[in-house]
Amino acid sequence: MSMTKENAQAYWGENLRIIITYMAIWFVVSFGCGVLFVDALDQIQFFGFPLGFWFAQQGSIFVFVALIWAYVSSMNKLDEKYDVHE
Amino acid sequence: MSLDTLTFLFIGASFALYIGIAIWARAGSTKEFYVAGGGVPPIANGMATAADWMSAASFISLAGIVSFIGRDASAYLMGWTGGYVLLAMLLAPYLRKFGKFTVPDFIGDRYYSNTARTIAVICTIIISFTYVAGQMRGVGIVFSRYLHVDINTGVIIGMAIVFFYAVLGGMKGITYTQVAQYCVLILAFMVPAIFLSVQVTGHFLPQTALGATLESGQSVLATLDALSVELGFAQYTAGSKTTVDLFFMTAALMCGTAGLPHVIVRFFTVPRVKDARVSAGWALIFIAILYTSVPGVAGFGRVNLIETVNGTAETAASGVANTGVKYEDIPEWFSRWENTGLIKWEDKNNDGVVFYSKTDANELTVNRDIMVLANPEIAQLPAWVIALVAAGAVAAALSTAAGLLLVISTSISHDLMKKTINPNITDKQELLYARGAAVVAILVAGYFGVNPPGFVAQVVALAFGLAACSVFPAILMGIFSKRMNTQGAVAGMVVGIVSTMAYIVYFKFMGGTKDEMWFGISPEGFGTVGMILNFIVAKVVSSMTAEPPVEIQQIVEDIRIPRGAGAAQSH
Repeated sequence: MSMTKENAQAYWGENLRIIITYMAIWFVVSFGCGVLFVDALDQIQFFGFPLGFWFAQQGSIFVFVALIWAYVSSMNKLDEKYDVHE
Repeated sequence: MSLDTLTFLFIGASFALYIGIAIWARAGSTKEFYVAGGGVPPIANGMATAADWMSAASFISLAGIVSFIGRDASAYLMGWTGGYVLLAMLLAPYLRKFGKFTVPDFIGDRYYSNTARTIAVICTIIISFTYVAGQMRGVGIVFSRYLHVDINTGVIIGMAIVFFYAVLGGMKGITYTQVAQYCVLILAFMVPAIFLSVQVTGHFLPQTALGATLESGQSVLATLDALSVELGFAQYTAGSKTTVDLFFMTAALMCGTAGLPHVIVRFFTVPRVKDARVSAGWALIFIAILYTSVPGVAGFGRVNLIETVNGTAETAASGVANTGVKYEDIPEWFSRWENTGLIKWEDKNNDGVVFYSKTDANELTVNRDIMVLANPEIAQLPAWVIALVAAGAVAAALSTAAGLLLVISTSISHDLMKKTINPNITDKQELLYARGAAVVAILVAGYFGVNPPGFVAQVVALAFGLAACSVFPAILMGIFSKRMNTQGAVAGMVVGIVSTMAYIVYFKFMGGTKDEMWFGISPEGFGTVGMILNFIVAKVVSSMTAEPPVEIQQIVEDIRIPRGAGAAQSH
């Protein structure tokens, strides 16, 4: 591995920041909107769904898919930046 | 053509396809047998993962659960999909870079300990056997219902097919068969789902149709809420579980999903770290197609069922909606499913009118599985759709069974024989052990399929709880904490497993009552508590003991960098 120790640490640090950002969104849509605040959100109607119910049964799943692909693209960029891609 | 001939043709054709693929994709080395040579394209791996993951439970039972418990079932929908976010970001890329064959491989090597490896092997085997018994039973039930053979004969046919492609093809055969099985099962789920949503709402997509407005001017969900309340059921869009319980259940199912060995091992089969991330993305897209349709199928199915049985203003015996329909006015599917025992009608007040409610006046017992199995008939769809559903259910059960059996045989030949008992065996001998172990595993699974233990439904909680409290935290700390050592990991796993098992066994098998549950957490959610205990104990114990050797810390640094994964394949 031609990478210096500082570079490796910087890469890992940025990787962790990316993970934490996306995991925060993951937590908010599923445990937040779908569990903790579901009753409050249910007061709002969203295309015929109570909003909290929609998040709990469908919305969170759409967000999960989007999150993984956003993560893939962020990591590809990061790998290029630090020249660790394959 | 009669329904029986069509069903036979559909299932027969799908079996011929699976066997053809198995012959084409024979495995010649352990690497091909365990991880398909590490050369599976990410999109194919995504499909295979989706088929591997979606079992008879997802295909047959999930829509039924949602249909009958409404919002409380959200934990399953979010838990069984959200786990893939954890896999994609926290586990899969690093495990792929680590580049070995199994989950116990990682735990054993990272914690430089055969004790840790053995604990992981035991967890893997318990989780996989728990799961596989249900699949074999599922195959048997589908055969018996659609082809009128004995359930046991159905189990044996299923065993023979899995035997053929799992033993011959190993991971390579299984992967490409699963790709085909995904196509069959998703078609089989979506065709009736789309038919149904067009029929009920005029909308094409089941995802949006659930919110659509009906002729009455109300949305489907509002109609369902009103019907449910009128009949004494809980409101469909409101939950009866406490927030705390729902929270812990969702978390346990998510972390359990991410910790299931047969899912994790799928990410060892792609060529690069990048492909591991991408294939998690594909897998979740393929899974989400089915999962986001489930609430629609569940909702329409429930409305259809209530309106058929209790009647609308036109069909009800009294002319008032929701008061019951005369037995002879109910469509033919009703009596057909009565014969299978999935629906039971008991005319309590002898008026010849069927009535369904939550109150004492109820005369109907409905099995949840009917929502998917009988839906095409309730909606009066053509016979080929019904035959397709049968082929789809078999595909869902077989694909999951094959993935699990492979994990069991790998654990025995690789983790126990090669890594623990006799490291000197050659690649060829190891392959022989792997095939032998697969044969034994199929026989044991078949035995459980023929003689199902009465507690299959209960032990599913055990599989997810176990994965969440042992495998998932051990891998996570192995990647993200350089300081984590053998003592910490082993102590954490032991505490996690013992606490979770004790709680589940007490409440599921020893008659523990609801009031005794800690903070109202149901056994399905206790894996989360076990996991938290695991993290705390591991952290405390590792901080009091020596840090791991330099070469282990080097491994941890190494798996964090993607480049070089291709070279690190062999052992």
